[in-house]
Amino acid sequence: MLEYLWFPHDISTFGPRVDFLFLLIFWIVMIVWIAVMVTMVIFMIRYRTKPGRKAEYIEGNSRLELVWTTVTAAILVMLAFMSRSTWADIKEHAPPGDVFYAVNAKQFNWEMTYPGPDGKLGTKDDLTLENEMHVPVHKVVRLDLTSKDVIHSFFVPNMRLKQDAVPGRVIPVWFEATETGQYEIPCAELCGFGHSGMKGNLTVQSEEDFNKWLQDQYAQSK
Amino acid sequence: MSSTAAVAAHGAHAEHHELGFMRTYVFSTDHKMIARQFLFMALIMMAIGGLMAMLMRWELAFPETAVPGFHWMPEPYMYDGAIPPNTYNSMFTMHATIMIFFVVMPILVGCFGNFLIPLMIGARDMAYPILNMLSFWIGAVAGVIMTASFFVPGGPAAAGWTSYAPLSAVPIYTGVDWGQDLWCISIIILGVSSLMGAINYITTIINMRTKGMTFFRLPLVIWSLFITAILLLLALPVLTTALALLLFDRLGGTHFFLPSGGGEPLLWQHLFWFFGHPEVYIMILPGMGIASDIIAVFSRKPIFGYRAMAYAMIAIAGLSWIVWGHHMFQSGMDPALGTSFMLTTMVIGVPSAIKTFNWLGTLYKGNIHYTAPMMNALAFVSMFVIGGLSGIWMACTPVDMYIHDTYFIVAHIHYVLFGGSLFAVFGAVEYWFPKMFGRMMNETMGKIHFWITFVAFNCTFFPMHILGMGGHMRRIYNPLQYDFLKPLQGMNIFISISAFVLGAAQFIFLANIIWSLLKGEKATENPWQANTLEWTTPIHPGHGNWPGPVPVVYRGPYEYSSPEVAEDYLPQSRLIEHATAAAD
Repeated sequence: MLEYLWFPHDISTFGPRVDFLFLLIFWIVMIVWIAVMVTMVIFMIRYRTKPGRKAEYIEGNSRLELVWTTVTAAILVMLAFMSRSTWADIKEHAPPGDVFYAVNAKQFNWEMTYPGPDGKLGTKDDLTLENEMHVPVHKVVRLDLTSKDVIHSFFVPNMRLKQDAVPGRVIPVWFEATETGQYEIPCAELCGFGHSGMKGNLTVQSEEDFNKWLQDQYAQSK
Repeated sequence: MSSTAAVAAHGAHAEHHELGFMRTYVFSTDHKMIARQFLFMALIMMAIGGLMAMLMRWELAFPETAVPGFHWMPEPYMYDGAIPPNTYNSMFTMHATIMIFFVVMPILVGCFGNFLIPLMIGARDMAYPILNMLSFWIGAVAGVIMTASFFVPGGPAAAGWTSYAPLSAVPIYTGVDWGQDLWCISIIILGVSSLMGAINYITTIINMRTKGMTFFRLPLVIWSLFITAILLLLALPVLTTALALLLFDRLGGTHFFLPSGGGEPLLWQHLFWFFGHPEVYIMILPGMGIASDIIAVFSRKPIFGYRAMAYAMIAIAGLSWIVWGHHMFQSGMDPALGTSFMLTTMVIGVPSAIKTFNWLGTLYKGNIHYTAPMMNALAFVSMFVIGGLSGIWMACTPVDMYIHDTYFIVAHIHYVLFGGSLFAVFGAVEYWFPKMFGRMMNETMGKIHFWITFVAFNCTFFPMHILGMGGHMRRIYNPLQYDFLKPLQGMNIFISISAFVLGAAQFIFLANIIWSLLKGEKATENPWQANTLEWTTPIHPGHGNWPGPVPVVYRGPYEYSSPEVAEDYLPQSRLIEHATAAAD
């Protein structure tokens, strides 16, 4: 369904839950919209002006108003509660990560630091690359997102993932890719004249390929 | 001032000599003239804001190619007619700023607030006529400063209309120096102007209603302006404060929003959106009021559920203070707080739905006249429905994570602010033109303008939902830099062509205004056979509005097709013998 709505192909584990909510709202909205528009057009045609006819004097109908208020409220509050668990799983309960990156955004590049086998930043085996992120497929990747200058926004359309990078704050982000491939990481928040070209590359590969890539990078950096 | 005292004051005033040109047309204290001044200022600013939009659409359809006819522009603003990224950033910043602060607000609140409030509540003028004049001229100064920022070194502000710090707080981050300062100063000054207006409106509506005009006999447009004025009064000081802090950061070396000195970038967003969300309702509530009045008049029916309509507007205004966080779901704000903002945001859909259903109820069994104002009012309703419904996706936090900062948001805001507010503006100008200028607007031109605008508007903004679903970020100047956006480029071109048609169609509206001003059919006293008090004044009402005593009100504003009388309207001021008791 979503491919007909131009959505990029989803490659994250939580993507289907986001897409489900999008579609749920899509159907609710479509039903309401069509109902309202059809009613409006019927009224507009049926009650168009005719000479000599007088409109009917109707001031309101409390029962009818009560019904549509309650129904609207019930649908909207239900949606809020249905969204809650997905939101909590994505933004609040980050699972322990298999792979860790520190992402430092700056005008106009993404600085990706892989802490190396010791898992600690600021040590010799750190690997820092601009705009290049490689991750293994089917592994939970954790990012600590921050910014050096202005607010940027880490956006991976194929993951349905977006999080602002705010200077002075370290914001945890996680994802788990389900497919290998090359994906783009645009910046979604206006960050200056280079905003449009601030683009990172995400490579999702098999664990073997990922490890091989790491070894190559270490070899090059020496 | 009591209304009798005001009447006496104006009676004395009228016996004075004729006012000179300056006091009649420039420094006028007459609310009707000030309203016209706001209207013309906003129309001029609309042309500037619209031009910015056209240039942006050219850039997005044909990135990094020269704009035809713009080779004369000097560097660094343009390079042989091609738009560089910083100019692009300035254009969307100024487009939004001008359209919001210098077009929609001045027309809906400045022009129609000023024009309608005294005429519809039966007052001779605003409570503070001199404050009213100052309000316009201070607003005009703000407009001059904002326009002047196009000509300063470094160009105008380029940090978006939201001006998120730290981007806006440090000149090197945008490359804009004076432009951003002037932007802040201009909006602070505009805030002063709006505050003066708000105080004036609230005082006038509370104190100067004519005899019999109770709160629940006010036309809904007055209700909406009253609530809008309260929102303005409470929201603008927050923005002014934020702007002052931003200026301190820029010029005074403070670090309110800069983490390097212990500041907090999200503080700006909280302050900005605490103002910014009520501001959205400041721009749509008067539109709702205008649409309600026009729909009742041309359906020849009472508004369905008048009290519910008023209460719904009060509810929207109340809720507007606790939803600002929905602009910040992805900002790094505590996600648990995000959940509470999601809930309040969902709830604000309820009063909006009540209003929509009541507009439909008003059409039911009506006798609908399809005049140009009515068509614009009906377009307001249907476009507001789309804008409101697309808001549900944004309210839902997990979905917002994907569509936030994409063209989906751009589509939503334009459905609400163009499809909503601007259609209400078109309808209002056409509906009250005979009262403002004594001549009717040309219906045929009005209808041609309506249909082209309606179709082009939908062709422009509806596909933006699809761009957003495709992940198209907003505020990028070259979508071809991204592989995943390349398949969407055809749609960008389609949108731009529609936008050019939409822009061109506004010349019909402008031509209609100018033609009708000069050659339009002379208006009769109550051309639409409406009930409200503004149609009881002479065709060219003088200073003081009514030459004789102010009419007394006997009933609500929407007594159309009342069984009590043979005609299908019953003016608020018409005395029917048995109705006298009800008035007292």
